[in-house]
Amino acid sequence: MLKILKYSFYDLMRSRWSYVYFLFYLALGFVLLFLNNDLSKAVITLMNVIIVLVPLIGTIFGVMYFYNSKEFTELLLAQPLKRSSIFLGQYLGVAGSLTLSLILGLGIPFILYGLFRSDAIWDFSLLLVTGAFLTFIFVALSFNIALSNENKIKGFGYAVLLWLFLAVIYDGLFLMSLILFEEYPLDSFSLAAILLNPIDLSRTLILLKLDISALLGYTGAIFKQFFGTNKGLVVSILMLILWTILPIWRLVYKSKRKDF
Amino acid sequence: MIQIENLHKRFGKNKVLTNLDLDIHGSGIFAVLGPNGSGKTTLIKCILGMVIPSSGDIEVQGKTIKKHWKYRQEINYLPQIANFPGNLRVKELIRMIKDLRQKQSKEEELIKLFGLEPFLDKKLSTLSGGTKQKVNIVLTFMFDSPLLILDEPTTGLDPGSLIKLKELILQEKNKGKTILITTHIMQFVEEMSDEIVYLLEGNIFFKGNVKQLMTRTNQTDFEHAIAAISTQTTDA
Repeated sequence: MLKILKYSFYDLMRSRWSYVYFLFYLALGFVLLFLNNDLSKAVITLMNVIIVLVPLIGTIFGVMYFYNSKEFTELLLAQPLKRSSIFLGQYLGVAGSLTLSLILGLGIPFILYGLFRSDAIWDFSLLLVTGAFLTFIFVALSFNIALSNENKIKGFGYAVLLWLFLAVIYDGLFLMSLILFEEYPLDSFSLAAILLNPIDLSRTLILLKLDISALLGYTGAIFKQFFGTNKGLVVSILMLILWTILPIWRLVYKSKRKDF
Repeated sequence: MIQIENLHKRFGKNKVLTNLDLDIHGSGIFAVLGPNGSGKTTLIKCILGMVIPSSGDIEVQGKTIKKHWKYRQEINYLPQIANFPGNLRVKELIRMIKDLRQKQSKEEELIKLFGLEPFLDKKLSTLSGGTKQKVNIVLTFMFDSPLLILDEPTTGLDPGSLIKLKELILQEKNKGKTILITTHIMQFVEEMSDEIVYLLEGNIFFKGNVKQLMTRTNQTDFEHAIAAISTQTTDA
């Protein structure tokens, strides 16, 4: 698996897109710091960008890479290699290089600005950790979609729909259900609804860590009560891990049964 | 070498292989023939483990291949259409495959034989079809394995390279290897093969040598004999 990982990673590092992604984050980091002139504020703005953009790029990149490397995969399948190591290696190569671009692209401007001397370091680290989680989750989801769809256009369509659903539509449905059922106690419902969407989960985690949950009113208080405690933090991290492991498991399971 | 029992493969509703039994023993060149869509490539991909059979059992060198992958170390496979990752250079591709298989290889000799030196630093996407096929051949023949599977090895080759390929195949045969070839060039089959496996509608219709085929079909010409097989079945 490590060899496949090495070759996929090497392949991606030579492709233009990794640099575009890296330079984009680099530019974003510098611009935000320049405009905000304050680390903590920049972290908040950055969160809004990361929460939406990282899943989108993970999804698109994952689908694109999977379809583009079809020949590479077929070449590998005839070699004495385990199927699971071929697909896991490619997956880790993509997710790893995207995460590296994210961490380096954002890390460099923040470090230059004096991150290590500031209090925002933990908030910033949490931001990067959730960013990494989101990358791994959405690349895994997109690999699943691409594996199950021979047709590229369909695969792309489903992948973008998935992102749209989790990033935008889910929130809309969530909000509507809150309004519809406002007469009922919805604490546990909304907690569960947030845990079930990795994007919402990451957003809530960061908001609470940044201590601006006061803005969320009553619901914020409930979340704070839940997420603010160690138990809440552990549960959310576990949920993110689960969100990562489940698609990876399906990827391995499906890839073992697929014909090439 | 290869033992196949009761092999079935369906793609959705499309039954490609039905109840196929095949025994390939000893060294020699075995030609897998059949009209388009008769399941040749599917059969080969089943042996390679790239296509998972719906049911049935395949053994390579006495061991079942189900859920195994190490047996592929003993197989050299030449895929039908040489589709390689386009952004790799020829040299890098050869190095990568060597690294993945960790086996003794003799690529330099083959590169010289096919005159590929000027292409070593070129990207695979810029190569012509014939040159890609030569790279494909180098990758297949550079390792020493007891079983060779060649899917349409002659595609895109010029006459000179074709002769070199034939020599290469005969060399391997003389080393006592088992070689499986699919092709539509009957002249190539007549010249090279020791045994013919003729697939029709997902099953083996004929297995034997060229002579047996001619007596069975009452033909004196090999090409006509092959054509006669298919008409015989439509009559039946």
